[in-house]
Amino acid sequence: MLIRKPEIPSSEITPERLYLSRRQFIGASAAALAAGTIPAVAACDTADGAARGEAAADGAPQRDELTPLEDVTRYNNFYEFGTDKEDPARNAPRTLRVRPWTVLVDGLCDRPGRYAFDDFVRGTQQVDRTYRLRCVEAWSMVIPWRGIPLRDVVNRARPRAGARFVEFTTLHDPVQMPGQRRAVLNWPYVEGLRMDEAMHPLALLATGLYGRPLPAQNGAPLRLVVPWKYGFKSIKSIVRIRFTDTQPRTAWNVSAPGEYGFYANVNPQVDHPRWSQARERRIGEFRRRPTLMFNGYPEVASLYSGMDLRRNY
Amino acid sequence: MAAASWQLKAARWIRPAAWIGGLVPLFLLVAGVFTGGLGADPIEYVTLRTGFATLLMLMCTLAVTPVRRWTGWNWLAPARRTLGLCAFLYVCLHLATYLVDQGFAWTYIVEDVAERPYVTAGFTAFLLLVPLALTSTKGSIRRLGKRWQKLHRVVYLAAGLGVLHFIWLVKSDLRDPLIFAAVFAVLMALRIPALAGRGKKKSPPGRPAATRRAGTESQEAAAGETRRAVSA
Repeated sequence: MLIRKPEIPSSEITPERLYLSRRQFIGASAAALAAGTIPAVAACDTADGAARGEAAADGAPQRDELTPLEDVTRYNNFYEFGTDKEDPARNAPRTLRVRPWTVLVDGLCDRPGRYAFDDFVRGTQQVDRTYRLRCVEAWSMVIPWRGIPLRDVVNRARPRAGARFVEFTTLHDPVQMPGQRRAVLNWPYVEGLRMDEAMHPLALLATGLYGRPLPAQNGAPLRLVVPWKYGFKSIKSIVRIRFTDTQPRTAWNVSAPGEYGFYANVNPQVDHPRWSQARERRIGEFRRRPTLMFNGYPEVASLYSGMDLRRNY
Repeated sequence: MAAASWQLKAARWIRPAAWIGGLVPLFLLVAGVFTGGLGADPIEYVTLRTGFATLLMLMCTLAVTPVRRWTGWNWLAPARRTLGLCAFLYVCLHLATYLVDQGFAWTYIVEDVAERPYVTAGFTAFLLLVPLALTSTKGSIRRLGKRWQKLHRVVYLAAGLGVLHFIWLVKSDLRDPLIFAAVFAVLMALRIPALAGRGKKKSPPGRPAATRRAGTESQEAAAGETRRAVSA
């Protein structure tokens, strides 16, 4: 039940109070699964972990319950607002102005543009997707996002044949983002995807979560969500999307090239040089659970066929 | 003599005061358990706080002797053992939290200790602190004599490894670990005789009663450090 059917009309989006009563939600999911009414994508996805025999140490099958809204919004890595987990929740809502917000689309494309936020999201279909989020620090969450498929935004810009990568940039404003006053990273934060990754249906530009607009600490008003990659790839508070023929110099890769690769696909077999990636703690759970290849999204594997994932970490 | 009398009072209270101060981080953690202040990932939070408290207590322990020498407040000396034992308490809690975090999955734990430098450094520091805690009693000090002093210099190595452990585990924000590294460097520099200044003088032949009452002072005698005892 980790990918909601993209075509769901907004009238049928689960209301927030249902999100908030997890028990009810899980019950409904289980019932739907049993009845076989879940859309194909979702059914595959849910069955995947169990089918491959992924189980906790005690043999119980792994479940993906929604991480409570409270935890999703108070436990964040968003160094632009401080490096402690609680810093973004404390600082971002006070200092980040999300209106007006401008998104620049440029680079190797036929229809570049400078969009006001509302114009940027207008005309693209809004979808709800519930994804696992796996941080490179070996913790994870399950978050119900709302947003627009990245591929729609890419297609709208009409990238030229030479465009091989999409580069994303976060706002750079030390007044709004006090964490940028210290050179913890090379500001502004930059991330990037290969063009085929950006075109993958799972890649999402999120504008909300739990049925509400993105909270500031989660990357308001616009952030990337690439669920098969470590969380740092899912860049927050985006102001620029640029098509390029060269691999973007992404923030963490520049900061520590030996530790954070450009691809950063979730991979339990390739450890971070300093810690293991084999297991993770789902926020709210006590015991660690095994980490799944591509974070449990095997449908992206074909993007990397023939690639040495140990070298291209 | 007024000054001496407050110092005599201070000598009586230093040990309980050090215990209370040293246990503040523990009180805060326990309070956090009951007020839900441990955040979204309590195990990570407790790991970070107990690790931080360990380093803090080690630095306080290492600060006692330089401060005592600087001020001449010899009644501070007993705080050293108390704060050292607090450091050991926190490192035990830190290790226990790590083991719980790993779900006592020994294959992962052995791999961590053997292959991940920050874990190796931290675990080594813990091992080094064990004999120090075990020989912190008056009886051990008496029995070991001069060797006690030598043995307890291992705390320098343990604290250094602890700081290294912190430096090696952060992702990119080195501020806190580097503050500890700077404090550690200063505290070590103050132990270089030329920089310690007052530490030049040879130790006086007799040891005043007041210092003896203060307990762990015998540790200092072996080092030949200056002793300007509180006059009773």
